[in-house]
Amino acid sequence: MRITSFIKGYRKEAVLAPLFKLLEALFELSVPLAVASLIDDGIALGDRHHIIMMALLMVLLGVIGLCASVTAQYFSAKAATGFSERMKSALFQHIFSLSEKDRDSIGTPTLITRLTSDATLVQNGINMFLRLFMRSPFVVIGAAIMAFTVDKSLACTFLWVIPLLSVIVFLIMKVTIPMYRSAQKALDKILSRVRENLRGVRVLRAFSLENDEKKAFHAETEHLKSIQTSSGRISALLNPLTYAIVNIAIAVILLEGRRRYDISLVEAGAIVAVVNYMSQVLVELIKLANLIVTISRAIASAKRIESVFAIKPSMDDGDKSPSIPSGDVNAIEFSAVSMVYRDGGKPSLENVSFFARKGERIGVIGGTGSGKTTLVSLIPRFYDVSSGTVSVFGTDVRDWDRKALRSHIGYAAQKAVLFNGSVRDNMKWGRYDASDDEIDEALRLAEAYDFVHEMKGGLDAEIEENGRNLSGGQRQRLSIARALIRRPDILILDDTLSALDYQTESRVRDNLSSMPEMTVITVSQRTGSLRAMDRIIVLDKGRVDGIGKHEELLQSSEVYREIDKSQFGEDEDGEN
Amino acid sequence: MAKTDYKSILSCLWYYIRPYRAKTFISIISAFISSLLTLFFPLLTGSAVDAIISGEGRLFMRILMMMAISVLLSSFFQYLMNLANNSLSFSVVRDIRRDAFAHLEKLPLSYIDSHSHGDAVSRITSDAEQVSDGLLMGFTQLFTGVITIAGTLVFMFAVNWVVALVVVFVTPLSIFSASFIAKRTFSLFYKQSEARGKQTSFINEMISGASTVSAYGKEEENQKRFDKINHEWAGLSLLSVFYSSLTNPVTRFVNSIVYTGVALSGGLAALSGLMTIGGLTTILSYASQYTKPFNEITGVMTEFQNAAASASRIFAFMDAEEEKDESSLPALSLEKGGVCFDDVSFSYVPERPLIKHLSLAIEPGMKVAIVGPTGAGKTTIINLLMRFYDPVSGRILIDGQDIASVKRSSVRSSFGMVLQETWLRTGTVRENITMGYPGADDEAVWKAVKLCHLDSFIASLPQGLDEMISDDNDGISQGQKQLLSIARVMLSDPGMLILDEATSSIDTRTEMHIQDAFMHLMEGRTSFIVAHRLQTIKNADLILVIDHGDVIEKGTHKSLMSQDSFYRNLYMSQFAKR
Repeated sequence: MRITSFIKGYRKEAVLAPLFKLLEALFELSVPLAVASLIDDGIALGDRHHIIMMALLMVLLGVIGLCASVTAQYFSAKAATGFSERMKSALFQHIFSLSEKDRDSIGTPTLITRLTSDATLVQNGINMFLRLFMRSPFVVIGAAIMAFTVDKSLACTFLWVIPLLSVIVFLIMKVTIPMYRSAQKALDKILSRVRENLRGVRVLRAFSLENDEKKAFHAETEHLKSIQTSSGRISALLNPLTYAIVNIAIAVILLEGRRRYDISLVEAGAIVAVVNYMSQVLVELIKLANLIVTISRAIASAKRIESVFAIKPSMDDGDKSPSIPSGDVNAIEFSAVSMVYRDGGKPSLENVSFFARKGERIGVIGGTGSGKTTLVSLIPRFYDVSSGTVSVFGTDVRDWDRKALRSHIGYAAQKAVLFNGSVRDNMKWGRYDASDDEIDEALRLAEAYDFVHEMKGGLDAEIEENGRNLSGGQRQRLSIARALIRRPDILILDDTLSALDYQTESRVRDNLSSMPEMTVITVSQRTGSLRAMDRIIVLDKGRVDGIGKHEELLQSSEVYREIDKSQFGEDEDGEN
Repeated sequence: MAKTDYKSILSCLWYYIRPYRAKTFISIISAFISSLLTLFFPLLTGSAVDAIISGEGRLFMRILMMMAISVLLSSFFQYLMNLANNSLSFSVVRDIRRDAFAHLEKLPLSYIDSHSHGDAVSRITSDAEQVSDGLLMGFTQLFTGVITIAGTLVFMFAVNWVVALVVVFVTPLSIFSASFIAKRTFSLFYKQSEARGKQTSFINEMISGASTVSAYGKEEENQKRFDKINHEWAGLSLLSVFYSSLTNPVTRFVNSIVYTGVALSGGLAALSGLMTIGGLTTILSYASQYTKPFNEITGVMTEFQNAAASASRIFAFMDAEEEKDESSLPALSLEKGGVCFDDVSFSYVPERPLIKHLSLAIEPGMKVAIVGPTGAGKTTIINLLMRFYDPVSGRILIDGQDIASVKRSSVRSSFGMVLQETWLRTGTVRENITMGYPGADDEAVWKAVKLCHLDSFIASLPQGLDEMISDDNDGISQGQKQLLSIARVMLSDPGMLILDEATSSIDTRTEMHIQDAFMHLMEGRTSFIVAHRLQTIKNADLILVIDHGDVIEKGTHKSLMSQDSFYRNLYMSQFAKR
């Protein structure tokens, strides 16, 4: 995808801006003509009226020039910001159309830089491009043509100056663009470090790593500075080189002019005129030189943004959104599912098959890293299987319309993620049109009603980014409530109850039994929490070690028995 | 700092520029020389043409030589000036970033917990970038502009002092119109910068929580929210870009009016014989030459507003109050690890007291378990012990030393801490494990890895210990993250321990396997354990039952179970439904 396509919709502005800029240049160029007329026709002929008329004409030219220029600035600002707005919007959308795996492989910090810093640089570039890139070649080539009308052989100098300057601009851009890209990359690192020091502040301070972090940050800012300096060293050549070449050209014109003057082929006035045109080129190019940097950086950033657009979502969306059949059907079915996260790594799931009937309560248990979270995250299709199929209500998840699929699923993740906003806002994530009564009902089911209403403002109480102002257990209960409020057909609790105390946990489980139509998949560490399940899947290093009820598994699964035994101590005490 | 307090922004900037005075000096001198030479060049051209006309061959060649020399010198000094300016502005911004980061490292947790992370990120990255761009532009064009103006003035006074005076007299007009615009653009730029911060916050929050966003199919709604923020920003951006770009046309217009005035009055004067045509031509050419640098300088003025607006946001961030300076305080000298809470009260928000007059004495080496319903204040006690937050009143003593009167870092490093909310840094597995003990060799790392039963996980990674991991990365389970955090603490060999739900995501079998290692780690070390799994707690020397910030019961497992206690209810509830 070419990034320039975002200019669509701002074509009018993008065309008009440089045109008005040209208009301005034209009016600017006509001022000397008015002055000449003022002197030649006004003063020389003693025509007072003509002098005043010419002065008025100059004011008029100034006003028109001002209008043209203001219009041009407005259109270029509008096209540039409009472009940037569209591009950011599309980039944001694109990022969310990617799968988890895609986003993981790009990395969050760099996505943030691309949506912010890179987008700004592209915007600046376009703004400057529209304002000057039309005007400058126009003035330069115009000056060359004018010079040719004066004296062809003197103007020949333009024939090597313009290409030479173009080559220099081109070379400098070619060399610096990759440098600006690495500068943006260095900025990614800086952003990443700052973000980590905010998110990981407790751990970093617990280890008193502030000084190490500062040192690392020092090195990173130094790295950025050194890239900037070396790219600056090259782009700084542009101005002096332009200046030198153009002025040497003037000297050459003078030299050639003298030769031709001596054999009476040229007037002195013509030499002066050609020299003046060359100086005009210089003035324009010096202006341009400062902008080459802006443009080069914009191109570098545009490439970075394009590379994100170039990532095709590794998941194609299906188009099916079947209605949920009533009666006794398979809500979820895994057949021979394998899943590998990292290329070259070991599979996190291997050949897993099971089914869950509608309304069943399924438990998932297994050691740390045995693939429990991977298993449940395949149901809403956060990841695609490496082989095998996952079906929800009889349809392969890859054929489902992803949004429709997920609308049937309530997912409470292990690490509860809440967002900045009121409790109500967060609950409405589960269902946008939920009423306060419905929210309260969901909060009650998740045993979150009391603490929410103890907070100042109740449902209006403000939750900080990431739910930082809540305890772990409170966050988890809100995330369960958020999952429940949509009355999902499938509820997935990925070890969501782990931060709750036993009393709260068992109350939540009781509450859930009032929803018999809902298929519930519970991931847990504790056999005690899973005892009442219709079926329990025991995972061991990505493989199914056994499926069955608690009592059956105690007989058939060595792993399950061991897990249960590891909790037996507590058990015994409790029953004593 | 008041956001529109232009002077203090400038003085803050000057503080950063000052160390590079030498470079500033080089820049100014170079600007001076190259501008003068640039002004000088047209004179040479003129004389060269004269020499052609008069046919003085040797003079002509001499002038040509001088032109060549002046071009070379001028180019050289231009380049030198550019280099000095580059180095100057990149260094200044690097220093500002470093100071902002150092400040971040000293900000109290209460600030970090209650402010948007994305906004702080935006200040240190985007805003700093704007300052850099503005400074570079400013230095490059301001000096040359000023010097060109001064030079032209000198030439003009030499030719005709009356006209020069007139020009000087009307100069303020263009300056006035430029500063009129500049003043208005500052607040627009500030708002634009704020909107950018807001946008970065939203982006940061949503991309960080992307899996939840997609789980709830919120992509479209988020897109709408983003578009709204984006649209707000775009509106401000359009206004600030447009208004700031007005300076150039407006000053140009003002100058063209001045020029016209000179032409008209000069023309009329010539008509009545007060001036020759040649004189008028000279005046006019200088008048136009004089106004050009003004156009540029005024352009820089508005650009500079952008930099100043961004700078003020960074400086405002740096103005947030830091944790108290403690460089003069002694380090905590940890001996046995006796901990004492002396009448400690604490609240996050003043109107809701959380911990009220808590007094506790914990013997060295004790294993203290803290239990209670969620939200009861368990983590708060940890926050106080680690000095992430300070008590509102009362003292916490470690080995008789008030932890508020010793270095914070020495308190923190006397504890090994594992939290329920694990955090991995972007780096290799090895870097993550050796965070608390950077010098650890592979043998020590593997020992910790094995104790934490992470060996098969690490072996399954393509790069083993050198595999890159990060907190945003999936594919590493919460349990594995906790195990990594535990390995981290085991390797750091701390004096005391804090385990806040440290094993909540680890399965009980693995937990049992690492239990021995844990027991060994806790041996002789004062340890604070928050857990729901009561296995660990059963062996605790002291169990504190907390509800609503108060210790409602304390004792050992046995003593608490033998009475009808809150603890007993809590404990029994896990078996109730079997």
